[in-house]
Amino acid sequence: MKIETGAGRMQTRAGLMGNGVIRELVRHRMLLLMFLPAATLLFLFNYLPLAGLVIAFKNFDFQQGIFGSEWAKPLLNNFDYMLTSDSAYRAIKNTILLNALFIAVGLVFEVGLALMLNEIRNKYFKRVTQSLTFLPFFISWIVVGVFAYNLMNFETGAFNRIIQFMGLSPIDFYSEAGLWPFILTLAVRWKVTGYGTIIYLAALTSVDNSYYEAASIDGASRWQQTWYISLPMLKPTILILTLLAVGRIMNADFGMFYAMVGDAALLFPTTDVIDTFVYRSLRKSGDIGMASAAGFVQSIVAFVLVLGSNYIARRADRDSAIF
Amino acid sequence: MYPKRYSIGQIVIVAIISLFSLSCLLPFIMVISGSLSTEKDIMDYGYSLFPRNVSFDSYRILILGSNRIVDAYAISIIVTVVGTVLSLLVTSMGAYAMARRSFKYRNVLSIYAIITLLFNGGLVPWYIICVRYLELKDTMWAMILPPLANAFNMFLIRNFMMAMPEDLHESAKMDGAGEFRIYAQLIVPLAKPVLATIGLFISLNYWNDWFLGLMFVDKQELQPLQLLLRTLISNVEFLRSSSNAMDIQRIASQLPSESIKMALTVVTIGPIIFLYPFLQRYFVKGLMVGAVKG
Repeated sequence: MKIETGAGRMQTRAGLMGNGVIRELVRHRMLLLMFLPAATLLFLFNYLPLAGLVIAFKNFDFQQGIFGSEWAKPLLNNFDYMLTSDSAYRAIKNTILLNALFIAVGLVFEVGLALMLNEIRNKYFKRVTQSLTFLPFFISWIVVGVFAYNLMNFETGAFNRIIQFMGLSPIDFYSEAGLWPFILTLAVRWKVTGYGTIIYLAALTSVDNSYYEAASIDGASRWQQTWYISLPMLKPTILILTLLAVGRIMNADFGMFYAMVGDAALLFPTTDVIDTFVYRSLRKSGDIGMASAAGFVQSIVAFVLVLGSNYIARRADRDSAIF
Repeated sequence: MYPKRYSIGQIVIVAIISLFSLSCLLPFIMVISGSLSTEKDIMDYGYSLFPRNVSFDSYRILILGSNRIVDAYAISIIVTVVGTVLSLLVTSMGAYAMARRSFKYRNVLSIYAIITLLFNGGLVPWYIICVRYLELKDTMWAMILPPLANAFNMFLIRNFMMAMPEDLHESAKMDGAGEFRIYAQLIVPLAKPVLATIGLFISLNYWNDWFLGLMFVDKQELQPLQLLLRTLISNVEFLRSSSNAMDIQRIASQLPSESIKMALTVVTIGPIIFLYPFLQRYFVKGLMVGAVKG
């Protein structure tokens, strides 16, 4: 999405500013009034929390509020406290590692499925399989959590039935932390692969057919055409989507982790991420100092990453940057 | 140009896609089958693709037994309908102001909106503002207001409106129509395709949301459907890991807790499955618009 900043235009009109500004605003008061509801809501739910970031430096007291609370002594007290905590460090590490895993595997699945669907000539088969793979995108993580439970629970889960059928002893998935990076990756892929494929498919259908015709006249196989035409054509899309995903690497999908893992503390070594850690510190243990310090680090790093990835995306392809 | 005979590569591709598609569908079938199974069959044979003995007991219990489920359904419907209508109104009005070319400072409005996409204060300040200052705790507004104005949707609508010819405004202005009338009677009808797509996005988010309920709603009678589903599932899990597992086994054999969970899941995803053909068409169209127009 591109937003005109129009800075140049404003500069050339700099001479008209002054009382011209007021007149322009009064003339368009109805437009301002129409923007007001959105502006108010954005102010309350987006701008005020930004100002609220200062509580990471405060000794927060609910009665005193954000601005009434006293400053922490020393100022970085909450951060010192956070750094002594193993679980904060673990949450940051898990967030980055799991997101990196999700991005890499997601890329392979989504591009792979798009390339494979592109090879399908039967329209009905294509339409039906696309509908089926897109379906999981529409349900909440809570429901996915139910599905996962159906498959993996110890007594009645389908996986354990199959394992037992093969004469092996059942696995208690909900206490095996080591399996969960794998399980979560599969869950994400199950839910969003169909959705992610759509953009790649759109890019593939816009490739000029004459490339393929020329290649097949030269005797290139379908495989070679995929490798040397389709994949290079997808490169800009791949680059942009990956960059934007990297920009969000510090932000875990709270809904997924909370619905899939919940309060199963046995799984935290591999599944506790910043968002769930902050949530627990805030709502369960009431440790607002710790929660706000971790949240502050997340916000700042996320901001730098978003700006950075957008900058690179903009240089690679002007139209794909958010701003 | 394409060979009529299927090559080995083609067969492999068809097989992989078929397997993946089936794996996307099977959990849904398992849940439906589970909701129609007797508790004994689930305990004896686990979840399977088809019920051995069909029983509607779980649905009967859901309908007759629990007011909470009916309440939760009503809450989810109210939140979804009110939220979608208000959100469309607020974002489209805002988008209209950002799209009006005759307004010199419309870009200031755009920058005001885009900042919210870049900076994020995070969970803690957001939660404290909502609870301490806006007093949203245990109200239905807590599930409606926070995501109501969405800058990303505003830009999608703005882009659509900016593609409309400027003459439209001029001629309406000549006829003496004010900005709000132009918006309501001229632009909104023309923007129907984009509003329909975004409206579906918004309503899906409201319907599937449980995060806001989890954060702000402790009162049980205000919990939306998705949250109730979660409460039910974690409660049963909690009971199973407790020390009196034997007692629970006894109770569970009377009250089909597993198939009730499945039935509630079916009821939760029901509207989405029902609307799916319609949803899918608009979503794909919307994504294409987003991808092409950026």
